[in-house]
Amino acid sequence: MTIRIWAVLAFLLLAGSASAQEPIRVGFLTVRSGALAAGGRQLEEGFQLFLKERHHVLAGRKVEVIWADTAGQPALTKTKTQELVERHRVHVIIGPLAAFEALAINDYVKQAEVPIISSSAAAEDLTQRKPNPWFVRAVGTSAQVTQPLGEYAAKVLGYRRVATIADDFAYGHEGTSGFQRVFEDNGGKVVQKLWPPLNVADYGSYIAQIKPDVDAVYAGFAGANGLRFLKQYAEYGLKGRIPVLGNMTLVDEGILKSMGDEALGVVTGGWYAAGLDTPANRAFVAAVRQEYKADPGYYTVGAYMAGLFLEAALRTVGGRIEDKTAFMKALRGLRLTESPVGSLRLDEYGNPVLNVYIRKVERREGRLVNVVVQTYPETSQFWKYDPRTFLAAPVYSRDYPPARHLE
Amino acid sequence: MGFWLIQGLNGLALGGLLFLLSSGFSLIFGLMRVANLTHGAFFMLGAYVGLSARWAGVGFASSVLLGGLAVAVTGGLVERLILRRLVTRPPAQRTLAQVLVTLGLAFIIADGCLWLWGGDPMPLPLPAALSGAVRVGTIAFPFYRLVVVLIAVVVAAALWLGLERTRAGAMIRAGVDDMEMASGLGLPVSRLFTGVFCLGAGLAGMGGVLGGPILSVYPGLDTDMLPLALVVVILGGIGSLSGALTGSFIIGFIYTFGQALLPDLAYVILFLPMVLVLVVRPRGLFGARGA
Repeated sequence: MTIRIWAVLAFLLLAGSASAQEPIRVGFLTVRSGALAAGGRQLEEGFQLFLKERHHVLAGRKVEVIWADTAGQPALTKTKTQELVERHRVHVIIGPLAAFEALAINDYVKQAEVPIISSSAAAEDLTQRKPNPWFVRAVGTSAQVTQPLGEYAAKVLGYRRVATIADDFAYGHEGTSGFQRVFEDNGGKVVQKLWPPLNVADYGSYIAQIKPDVDAVYAGFAGANGLRFLKQYAEYGLKGRIPVLGNMTLVDEGILKSMGDEALGVVTGGWYAAGLDTPANRAFVAAVRQEYKADPGYYTVGAYMAGLFLEAALRTVGGRIEDKTAFMKALRGLRLTESPVGSLRLDEYGNPVLNVYIRKVERREGRLVNVVVQTYPETSQFWKYDPRTFLAAPVYSRDYPPARHLE
Repeated sequence: MGFWLIQGLNGLALGGLLFLLSSGFSLIFGLMRVANLTHGAFFMLGAYVGLSARWAGVGFASSVLLGGLAVAVTGGLVERLILRRLVTRPPAQRTLAQVLVTLGLAFIIADGCLWLWGGDPMPLPLPAALSGAVRVGTIAFPFYRLVVVLIAVVVAAALWLGLERTRAGAMIRAGVDDMEMASGLGLPVSRLFTGVFCLGAGLAGMGGVLGGPILSVYPGLDTDMLPLALVVVILGGIGSLSGALTGSFIIGFIYTFGQALLPDLAYVILFLPMVLVLVVRPRGLFGARGA
């Protein structure tokens, strides 16, 4: 009898210690097929580099990654997320790549109560009007970086009249609206707004419409569209005549490497710049260059930051990720004093308060680089506005805030 | 005045590009009754081959030919090895099978391109002689776009001569008009099919290389271009070369001026003329009887 009890006890103890040795299972939502695959590869590279530097061990526990290819399709993203949670029983999810994917799984994540660290999805409402206690974002929102650009354009560059042109979808709308709001609050006027469809074959007819007497053009594009737009902007003889401002992805390092002189001089807002001259970033850029022969851009840094978030929270809870509530609390309260993007903390909505850099494309040592020309430290997603009044207004969109100065 | 001139040129340039895209699509559809959904992928494949050729230091004109040739060969293989097997099915099943197979092939080619060339969008470099802008007063217009229009016109003329003035062209036209009668008369329908498929695919490949400097080359180029080809061909009429030509320029102008004058309808403007034509004149502006 006693032997039996001892045996059971021993078994329980063994089982207990075995579960403590169990690896941390990270579900990583990436994109390996379709039009967004380049971004997916960069996400994976950023996270792989992070894990390699940590020898695949965080807070004393081995890390096992389960990669899931969503193909960039929201419906598939949802299926894959369910698979990660219910079949692979992952402790935490990192990703997905696109905002519409993140929105598609937001409700499920909330209901399944699984911690998720967003490595790239920039949609404002994920940390604003649709808050999710299980969600934190390792990167800035769409407008978090264009709001300071609005002030910079009005105050430092002294622009008064600006035309905007941006992808006609939520990411383009949000960035443009943030820029417009702050630019106009500082005395500027947005006199023209153009919205080419996302899959437009040719920007020629739009570029020809840009008013010749504006001080600058704000361009809000993502992916291949930025490449096409800037090239055609130069071909139509506007480069050098009207300066170009833009959102972070217009000249992201991931696409900047494919660009030529047409990108020189473009001024953008971003929460990162490969040209950022800090010890942490110099080391990071050197590591990425050595590993992948390219400069880190939006997705590479985003995934690497997600790794840093995971590590910081795991340290706080001593590796016990199974205690979801404690882990989530640690995650939402985290601070990083040193990272490639600089120091940051999370606000109460799970979004980082971080440095926003005004960057200018220059040629250094034969390659195009985003060089930091000004830093807006500790910038919130709400800019200088009061969060409550900010959230009481509708989310930034094609028509909000309304453009009062169109000509 | 400047507005109308530059947007007019834009419309013309887009029309030229669309013709290079859709002429092959129209040709294949006309003869084989195959809605070849691989066409966008052929266009993209051509662009990638041209890109590699340019990187290897090949001249631009040769890159265009190389792109066309590579895709023509691919097209020929697809027709011989795969599409051919579907022809024996009853007509009702055949169309569905062709649509599904060509769509599946489009995915395979797109994934192959992703695998071979990676997912980064890349510009297709132009030689210095073709880049730069033409200046008319204060207006600058990219020179290469005018070259594209010129090439489209040359290709249209060559195709017209080929179809109207040669023996092979006469056979193709006979096939378009009445396939059964043509084979009954002893025309080599099998070789004709392969030839036309190669030609159509090759045109798409050349179009891809020629479009590359304007559109740049990226995953998703295929699905961006395929609907445009469909719109042009439905508007112009299936299997009609002059239809494809007119359709291209009509769409080019409607699209350009629509985006400039009715910006809020930018998404609709492309499909509106197609819908109107389908309602009023279902066979297209230049469509043959019963096509």
